[in-house]
Amino acid sequence: MLMSVNGAASGGAQALPRRRKRSLSHSKWPVLILFLPPALLLFTVLVILPMGEAGWYSFYNWNGYGTPTQWIGLKNYQLIFRNGAFTQALINNGLIVLVSVLVQIPLALWLASMVASRIKGALFFRLIFFLPYVLADVAAGMIWRFVYDGDFGLVGGIAHFFGADPPFWLADRNVAMYAILGVVVWKYFGFHMMLFIAGLQAIDKSVLEAADIDGATGFQKFRLVTLPLLGSTVRLSVFFGVVGSLQLFDMIMPLTGGGPSNSTQTMVTFLYNFGVTRMQIGFGSAVGVVLFVFCVTLAFSYKRVFMRHD
Amino acid sequence: MTDIATSAPIDAASAPTSGQRLRTGTQIYIYVSLILVAGIVIVPLLSTALGGFKTLGELRGNPFGLPSDWQWSNYTDIILSKRYWLQMSNSLIIAMLTVFLTLAFGAMAAFCFAHIRFFGSSYLLNYFLIGLMFPAATAILPLYIRIRDLGLIDTYWGVVLPQVAFGMGMSIMLFRNYFRNLPQELFDAAFVDGCGYMRFFWHITLPLSRPIIATVGIISFVSSWNNYIVPLIMLNSESRYPWPLGIMIYRGEFSTEWQLVLAFITLTILPTIIAFFLAQKHIIAGLTAGAVKS
Repeated sequence: MLMSVNGAASGGAQALPRRRKRSLSHSKWPVLILFLPPALLLFTVLVILPMGEAGWYSFYNWNGYGTPTQWIGLKNYQLIFRNGAFTQALINNGLIVLVSVLVQIPLALWLASMVASRIKGALFFRLIFFLPYVLADVAAGMIWRFVYDGDFGLVGGIAHFFGADPPFWLADRNVAMYAILGVVVWKYFGFHMMLFIAGLQAIDKSVLEAADIDGATGFQKFRLVTLPLLGSTVRLSVFFGVVGSLQLFDMIMPLTGGGPSNSTQTMVTFLYNFGVTRMQIGFGSAVGVVLFVFCVTLAFSYKRVFMRHD
Repeated sequence: MTDIATSAPIDAASAPTSGQRLRTGTQIYIYVSLILVAGIVIVPLLSTALGGFKTLGELRGNPFGLPSDWQWSNYTDIILSKRYWLQMSNSLIIAMLTVFLTLAFGAMAAFCFAHIRFFGSSYLLNYFLIGLMFPAATAILPLYIRIRDLGLIDTYWGVVLPQVAFGMGMSIMLFRNYFRNLPQELFDAAFVDGCGYMRFFWHITLPLSRPIIATVGIISFVSSWNNYIVPLIMLNSESRYPWPLGIMIYRGEFSTEWQLVLAFITLTILPTIIAFFLAQKHIIAGLTAGAVKS
């Protein structure tokens, strides 16, 4: 009796999983009905609908009370692109990207190649370099507002030491943006360095050994072997530079708030200063839509570039 | 923006491996460069902390060095003040709620995408991934209107829910990729034993998912803890401000007394710095790997 039960069980083992699976697949609906809606509802109501509404509001002149009634067509968009502060914001966003490509990436790669080599204390240096990335942008901005202060800050102290007049970089419309770019590099180079460390670790050591055997010098190895193999890391790093530039806001607010005379606006500070604080919902939404177009274009073009190479 | 793979996981604590032994000249060059850069990172932080111990007069003449007369009261006054602890607890409450909901909703939805084929599932997944493409700032005004209409302006939930919603893409993406890489045999075996989806999720998937829970948790905690624009728009009462807003208010109030502002900044970033040094390996891996994979 026992034997026959066992025999039946083992004999039916082939058919059993399929039958069970089918009967269970009928019960997939409870889990879908329970597990999907929270995320779906929240995401739709607070991400997708607001983005759609931004497109709708952008055709109105509206201060946020009642319902939007004053349809003005594309006027908000015309106002944006005629606004000198927005042009300046676009230029500044471009500058940030430029600095991230021309300064941040070489710096990150240089440091990564050093802390990835076999030296004592390499882990300690990695930690220190990454620290600013963990700090809030607001805190970093506030700290550097102190650093740049002409009366009480470090830059003021240095000027004082050399007997020069106290400099006020953040109040000088020709200098302020460059001062902010310095903070951007200070805050983010550690993150890019980590990307490059990962990229360097992924390189097959035997390729470098082969180059050694062929008598390549250190610099030749770097230029002809390491650098080409880091292509995807460089693209990734550029991508994060552009994304960060499009979002830069928190750091600017404690430093300059977009001033003096709009010389340090970015797209998001422009949205805040001209849309939010003046409760120009229509105008601010239009800025949001422009920003959205930049972000989506970036995401898709980036994906295409990546798909092609990697 | 999916599946950008740098082929190695980023592991900050692993021993450096590349290359042969370095010559002394090269070593000196490396150390000098590294110490120089480390100085540029550390000096602003250190002089901020030290500046908090000075008098305003001393700050003017000596922003770099050690204080000649340590003004402990700058720090103790803030530590004993209600506003400091209020801001810290506001930040903590908002961050914990954000992390919990981002983990729960994200893992649940990701589980469906990882294990269940249903009509339109791939479209729905892509729908969520749209959220990875743009920041909250793009839709901040309609978001404000929506939160106002829901009656959540000036509440913790008015900050938490948008943060969770904008973190959903990242959360679902990371969880789904992880769930799909769990061994398929587990799933088959559980099915044979008559285990349903819910029990499988609770008793098998989640206990195996500690690393990814840590990653998503760290990302959403750090971004909530440091978030400025969402609470700036959604909160009105100073009693509900998280610390990044608090710093700005404090600086506005004490704009003529830099030494107090410096002490305040130091105390507000102290928890971050302590947490970073205690859990550096997880935090670095979480923030970089998380960013790369989503």
